[in-house]
Amino acid sequence: METLNYLNNGHGLASWLLTKDHKRIALLYLVSITAFFFLGGMFAFMIRLELLTPAGDVMASDTYNKMFTMHGVVMVFFFLIPSIPAVLGNFLIPIMIGAKDLAFPRINLLSWYIYVLGGLFTLVAALSGGVDTGWTFYTPYSTAAANSHVITAALGIFITGFSSILTGLNFIVSVHRMRAPGLTWFRLPLFVWSMYATSLIFILGTPVIAITVLLVAAERTLHMGIFDPALGGDPVLFQHLFWFYSHPAVYIMILPAMGVISEIVQAFSRKNIFGYSFVAFSSLAIAIIGFLVWGHHLFVSGQSVYAGLMFSILSFLVAIPSAVKVFNWTATIYKGSVLLDSAMLYAFGFIGLFTIGGLTGLFLAAVGLDVHVHDTYFVIAHFHYIMVGGAIMGYMGGLHYWWPKISGRMYSEGWAKLAAGLIFIGFNLTFFPQFILGYLGMPRRYHVYPPEFQVLNIASTLGATVLAVGYLLPMVYFTYSIFYGEKASANPWGARGLEWEIPSPPPTENFLVTPIVTHGTHQYAPSREVGIV
Amino acid sequence: MSDGHAHAEHLSGSTYGSPVHVDGGHPAPGHAHHPKLQHHFDDMGQQAEAATLGMWVFLVTEIMFFGGLFMAYLVYRHASPSAFQEASHHLNVFYGTLNTAILIVSSLTMALGVRSAQTSAPAKTQVMWIVITMMFGAAFLGIKAIEYTEKFRDHIVPGPNFRWEGLYPHGAEQFYSLYFCMTGLHALHMVIGLGIMTWLALTALRGRYNADYYTPVEVAGLYWHFVDIVWIFLFPLLYLIGRHYHAA
Repeated sequence: METLNYLNNGHGLASWLLTKDHKRIALLYLVSITAFFFLGGMFAFMIRLELLTPAGDVMASDTYNKMFTMHGVVMVFFFLIPSIPAVLGNFLIPIMIGAKDLAFPRINLLSWYIYVLGGLFTLVAALSGGVDTGWTFYTPYSTAAANSHVITAALGIFITGFSSILTGLNFIVSVHRMRAPGLTWFRLPLFVWSMYATSLIFILGTPVIAITVLLVAAERTLHMGIFDPALGGDPVLFQHLFWFYSHPAVYIMILPAMGVISEIVQAFSRKNIFGYSFVAFSSLAIAIIGFLVWGHHLFVSGQSVYAGLMFSILSFLVAIPSAVKVFNWTATIYKGSVLLDSAMLYAFGFIGLFTIGGLTGLFLAAVGLDVHVHDTYFVIAHFHYIMVGGAIMGYMGGLHYWWPKISGRMYSEGWAKLAAGLIFIGFNLTFFPQFILGYLGMPRRYHVYPPEFQVLNIASTLGATVLAVGYLLPMVYFTYSIFYGEKASANPWGARGLEWEIPSPPPTENFLVTPIVTHGTHQYAPSREVGIV
Repeated sequence: MSDGHAHAEHLSGSTYGSPVHVDGGHPAPGHAHHPKLQHHFDDMGQQAEAATLGMWVFLVTEIMFFGGLFMAYLVYRHASPSAFQEASHHLNVFYGTLNTAILIVSSLTMALGVRSAQTSAPAKTQVMWIVITMMFGAAFLGIKAIEYTEKFRDHIVPGPNFRWEGLYPHGAEQFYSLYFCMTGLHALHMVIGLGIMTWLALTALRGRYNADYYTPVEVAGLYWHFVDIVWIFLFPLLYLIGRHYHAA
């Protein structure tokens, strides 16, 4: 007889759509964000198709504007921001803290419905003609000029923001109030630390973008003069408010991935993390300093030069905790018993690509150089190295690492390694040429370009095709594994942590009895308590 | 951290590897459970702490939400101080003061409502305090509606029909844009608060709240006090600052 677990404990659509189990809600999110990922990918494909040739021969410039806007909106708000928190965070945080569920299971389910509702608004905006403002909704374009469905898309973002807020609120309260006895803060897995830091950004940043897009909608409908200069407003205020959220939002995407990498690196090096408390505190430092750097998006927006210099320095500062993480992962791998499983391949990919993305971020934080590369493909390449090379690599690594726990099945390691390789090669081929294109002066958001840029653009489109195959493969072998995969043991990787001490897939209540934790949850080496407690 | 884990038993780490019963995890028998204890909490103390912390965290998000508007106010007040002074003179200070007094008193009655639940006062007493608070809330909204009506009558609602006799029509329109956004958003929070309190009154009527379980009353109280505090900031910013500059 099959053991009762969260997957077979209740059947039928209602048992999923009305579930309060954090693990099932995680799977609801997994399905929906995957759908949005491929939708956003289709928009990206249209962009790369258009850029194969210097002339604008596939679509009109107006259509092209809508393509990159919808690509950005869908990928940022409906895939990247919820990806690791809502799927892996939802699934793992209660288990990692030794609890039966998050503090507010009903609010957790509500957050998924809110996400879906926000997604529907965005779909309606896309199907009824799209939005052409760019994902940044800069005023006065978004308030006075654009004739597209700005309000529908803005409301979609407004609504889905509440799903982020509720997820962050749930995580914070759970980590504070639901930890098992003996599980002190400095025994927590680093994934929990990074999710806690992410949640702080969720609750402090998201409300600001909510009020900002609400004001844009009010300005468009009621002619309130907040951002439109024709009505006495100040468009730069919009940029400040927008980036006050949207720069920290980059850390919403990367911090969870960093947490995943910290887990994978330990498990596949068979070593405790090097400098636990440094890695834990660097997450908080990134979250806090991340709120003070938004002005580096406004270097050419008429911001005072002194403000520009301050924001430049602060942006350099945020590189320090990020570098701490990279150094500590490297030191963890050093002299470890390194296993090259697919999850670890993604971790290696992450560390390298994130480093490139981070270092080119320093180029952009330098006021003088930014004037040269501002709004060029250099910026595009930089943030795709962070968001795709960083965040999605971390997400994929995490999915591969915890898939046996989530599904109770093993996937094909050979295919997984092939996919990891394709994604790495395809990614670099897509985005590295864009650094060069940008440095040579190709601006972003144009669908026509001088013929001398064509070779690099062809390389980029070719890479995007390889990348697409790399992303489709896991869809196939993960789905295959659910039906035909070998059954996973409780701890297929020989890893440490509470999640590997319960069956795969876990029972609905996670733990038979509340666990009592007597040491750090990741003990790869003989017991050595972390210094600060 | 709550010390509410006394029921947990010590088990060696490998125990979790064996198949477990899905409905397991309940603490040892012999403890009477409060009917309101949700399955994933160990005890009522942990559940209450989680709920109040949740509301505090939510209020932090509310501060950031209103914060964007306060920021806009700050920027434009700094950019056109004279226009804002001129425009604020057309707000009715009497109504504003009355509303401030009403909200402060409603916070008192709300606090008394929470206290009546904490001390297991009779259901009627609890309901009475909640209903009185709701009446104050409704009075506030009524006065707000009168003010809004006057603004419509005088054509000082931003938009195509905006008319301004003074020196700074643009700045004044902007002031009233912010006025309607800020007080409108605040009023929306009041309406939501009235909805929550309707539910609270209905459940209190059935005698649900007592010294053992009063979390919903306490959490609703926190929300209500927050909405009051927002008004305490809105009132001076919109109605009072700069009025003495008016030459007349």
